[in-house]
Amino acid sequence: MTTQAIPLWEVFIRSRNGLAHKHVGSLHATDATLALQAARDIYTRRGEGLSIWVVPSGAITASDPSEKGMMFEPAESKIYRHPTFYDVPDEVGHM
Amino acid sequence: MATASIQVSETPLVLYALRRADDALILGHRLSEWCGHAPMLEEDMALANMGLDLLGQARELYSYAAKVEGKGNDEDRFAYLRDVRQYRNLLLVERPNGDFAATITRQFFYAAFADLYWRAMMTSRDTTLAAIAARSEKESAYHLRHCSEWMVRLGDGTGESHRRAQAAVDDLWAYTGEMFAVDDSERCLIDAGIGVDPAGLRPRWLDTVSEVSGEATLTLPKNDWMQQGGRDGRHSEHLGHLLSELQSMQRTFPGAAW
Repeated sequence: MTTQAIPLWEVFIRSRNGLAHKHVGSLHATDATLALQAARDIYTRRGEGLSIWVVPSGAITASDPSEKGMMFEPAESKIYRHPTFYDVPDEVGHM
Repeated sequence: MATASIQVSETPLVLYALRRADDALILGHRLSEWCGHAPMLEEDMALANMGLDLLGQARELYSYAAKVEGKGNDEDRFAYLRDVRQYRNLLLVERPNGDFAATITRQFFYAAFADLYWRAMMTSRDTTLAAIAARSEKESAYHLRHCSEWMVRLGDGTGESHRRAQAAVDDLWAYTGEMFAVDDSERCLIDAGIGVDPAGLRPRWLDTVSEVSGEATLTLPKNDWMQQGGRDGRHSEHLGHLLSELQSMQRTFPGAAW
């Protein structure tokens, strides 16, 4: 396959009303310039974005799925960390 | 069984709009032929996107031609019910896709021209043409950027990609002159501030093409002999085949809609 030798890139798009870039998917491209153009052509066809980031997939350090018990389960029992035990005064309005 | 071709009253302005519309439709159709066949999925989408941009340009120009003509024709009738000799597109845009290098080179030559052309037309005294140009210019600017990047990567890539890109440049060069030709019909519109004088754009087109080709380590042919005829309906054998596919549904089932 031709794509095997072509690097993988992760694509992040900032939408019209969104503040942060969000991960939308990945693509193959030989270099950063073509990756950016491919991201434009694949992920912003319906007016989704105002800004694009592309990142080599290899540059991402990911957590190990097999360690998810150690990594994430301890947080599940700490419900007191959620800010749901406060009475918010009406004057504060929508937070 | 087949539907007869329509008659078109080609006043200078109708002809002017039809020529640009035909360029966009035929080149867009050529790009659509890549759909599902491009070297990689990413480029499949890129080619289809460019094709759809061109189809959008064609639709607006056909609709305007129909309005100016005022004989009850519309965009569909112009696209589907004119014979090959009634088509007014450049010979360049009907060239077969060939390999990926040939398609990109064809698109590069055209986009480098169209970008300048639409930008100049934005100041046309014809407000409809100026509006179409304003939208089309942004699309062509991206087509030019995308194709320029590919020209450099193909030309300055591997021995094989260089050979194919150089072959495409050599093969298509003789079809670039027609973009800058002006006949009497267009001369009157240029003098009236409605049309764009393409001859004046050639030095800048050549600058762009030379710069990108240089970076791509490709050599532009010295040959100045240029093919012509598309603007007057004298086409290569390839356009008839293209139209037979493009028009087959409407010719076989007149007025079919879904």
